[in-house]
Amino acid sequence: MLASIVFYFFAGMAVASAALMVTRRNAVHSAVLLVTTLLATAGIFLQLRAEFIFIAQIILYVGGIMVLFIFVIMLVRFDVALQHIRFRLQRWVALFVALALGVEITIVLLFARRLPGQGLLIEEPASADKLPPNTEELARSLFSSYLLPFEIVSVLLLVAMVGAVVMAKKRINDQ
Amino acid sequence: MTPTLQAILTFLQNWWVEITCGVVIVAVVPLIAGYVVLVERKLMADMQARLGPMRVGPHGLLQPIADAVKLLLKEDIIPDNADKLIFWLAPVISMVAAMTSMGAIAFGPTFQVARDINVGILFVIGVSSLGLLGIILGGWASNSHYSIIGAIRSTAQLVSYETAAGFAIVSALLLAGTLKIRAIVEAQQQSGVWFIFLAPIAFFIYLVASIAETNRAPFDLPEAESELVAGYMTEYSGFRWSLYFLGEYANMIVVGSVATTLFLGGWLRPFPNVHWLDWLDIVPPLMIAAAGVYCVYRAGKQPAPVQTWFMWAVALACFAVAAIFAVPLFVAPLKFVVPGLHGAFWFLLKVSGYIYVFMWLRFTLPRYRFDQLMHLGWYILIPLAIVNVLAVGVAMILEAEFGWNHWLAAAVTSLVTLGIAAFLVNLHDKRTAAASSPAASVTDPYAG
Repeated sequence: MLASIVFYFFAGMAVASAALMVTRRNAVHSAVLLVTTLLATAGIFLQLRAEFIFIAQIILYVGGIMVLFIFVIMLVRFDVALQHIRFRLQRWVALFVALALGVEITIVLLFARRLPGQGLLIEEPASADKLPPNTEELARSLFSSYLLPFEIVSVLLLVAMVGAVVMAKKRINDQ
Repeated sequence: MTPTLQAILTFLQNWWVEITCGVVIVAVVPLIAGYVVLVERKLMADMQARLGPMRVGPHGLLQPIADAVKLLLKEDIIPDNADKLIFWLAPVISMVAAMTSMGAIAFGPTFQVARDINVGILFVIGVSSLGLLGIILGGWASNSHYSIIGAIRSTAQLVSYETAAGFAIVSALLLAGTLKIRAIVEAQQQSGVWFIFLAPIAFFIYLVASIAETNRAPFDLPEAESELVAGYMTEYSGFRWSLYFLGEYANMIVVGSVATTLFLGGWLRPFPNVHWLDWLDIVPPLMIAAAGVYCVYRAGKQPAPVQTWFMWAVALACFAVAAIFAVPLFVAPLKFVVPGLHGAFWFLLKVSGYIYVFMWLRFTLPRYRFDQLMHLGWYILIPLAIVNVLAVGVAMILEAEFGWNHWLAAAVTSLVTLGIAAFLVNLHDKRTAAASSPAASVTDPYAG
């Protein structure tokens, strides 16, 4: 009872603020609504007993990435920028991506229950106190079974960081 | 009895401790913040050889209440061109973030709202960093140049110093081996040493970074009153302004609590495992009683009778609290409250000490310039913090695999880290010397 109230609260908040986010004209309002969406999603993670993902979502996305988003938005006069940057195909691309994602999600959700053992939905999930601690499990699988992808991703991030520094440096030297 | 009522009653039965703790935090923190302001003003007055607030109540003891009433009754001004909704929302975000993060802090072995949260320390720092959003949004929504410059400075400063603080926290977490707040303190009890002695450099980095994160002098650039009027708070007045203020002081308590938990042994009394020092348990009631005695001494010197009575009332309150602390020590059936009560005392004492250092630095050091601030963060603190994480790891390996004494291991690795720090400072000095030569000078958009 309580669990479904909490779930529908967070899910409703996430969907409503996501819908509002894409319809707002003011970029800062959109950013605030995106923060709400991310926090609501974090709440759903917490309800699924994934504490580490919950807090990583808050620290990285809300505390880090969104802060930088707003930082950039504040420095840009978006009423001017809107006139210049208008990608004409955007609407169609967005429509296509949304449709593709929707079809994908529908297929996954429809077939999940039909193929036992292969779906995303577990029929009878283990009770929360019997699950192993999420943080430790995550660390164990990241550093044992998924070590190679993990290292590749970290190299990728390093490349992106070095690239950003190089680009910034070039700009300063040109002046 | 209807099933709904039944459900509510079971809910209350299961969660009443947590709910009570939450209500206590929300109710008491504004009061504490008010009195921290009074203490700050008194300390500043003392360091500048003057008296500070003396008019409202004896020794200005009622000043915070008067200030709160004043702020509540002040006219609430919203600028015409402000973004009303976000202007209204921003101070609330700041305060709610600070208050929420207090939920996971263990103010004693029993006083904690989110009891078994597995990522406790990350929750505290993650949620308290959300307060930054309130600062940026407030600065933007005010639609004023001073505000937006303050907000931009605040963002750059916090993003830079959070990295260093995060690495400092990692060093302590390596020693503790867990993210649970209570387990961190228990790990310090087991090893018998506070982690400040095993990772002194990490503590120092956290101290500096946490001053920058709470926007306090010498890093108070976001609200530098001599340059920016009041920074991001310029357009705020009355109660909204006081929400920002509350958020800032609550944040100080949060960073103080994190430092206390990670480095200063949380709610443990000094030397928790040494039994011939058990007489230290009598220190909390003695300290509170001493405060009461001082009040009695000052009561005779008050100018008006009503102030004398007030001082007597404060003294009596101190004696009553001292008695509450002392009685369970000697009455066997009440022994079970000793850890909780005395734990809370030691915890708050350490947090007060930490906040005292904050104030001391504020009254001692002049404000940094923005480029100096950025250099300190990026060129010195972050590299030092990364090296220090490695050093703490090496110390732990030396202790576990090679059987070194942990004091020796900590001392050797700390010295190595300090050597690297000296090298970095030297490098930095050379670079600034090169940069200040006229040929190489680059316009720094952040300077000034």
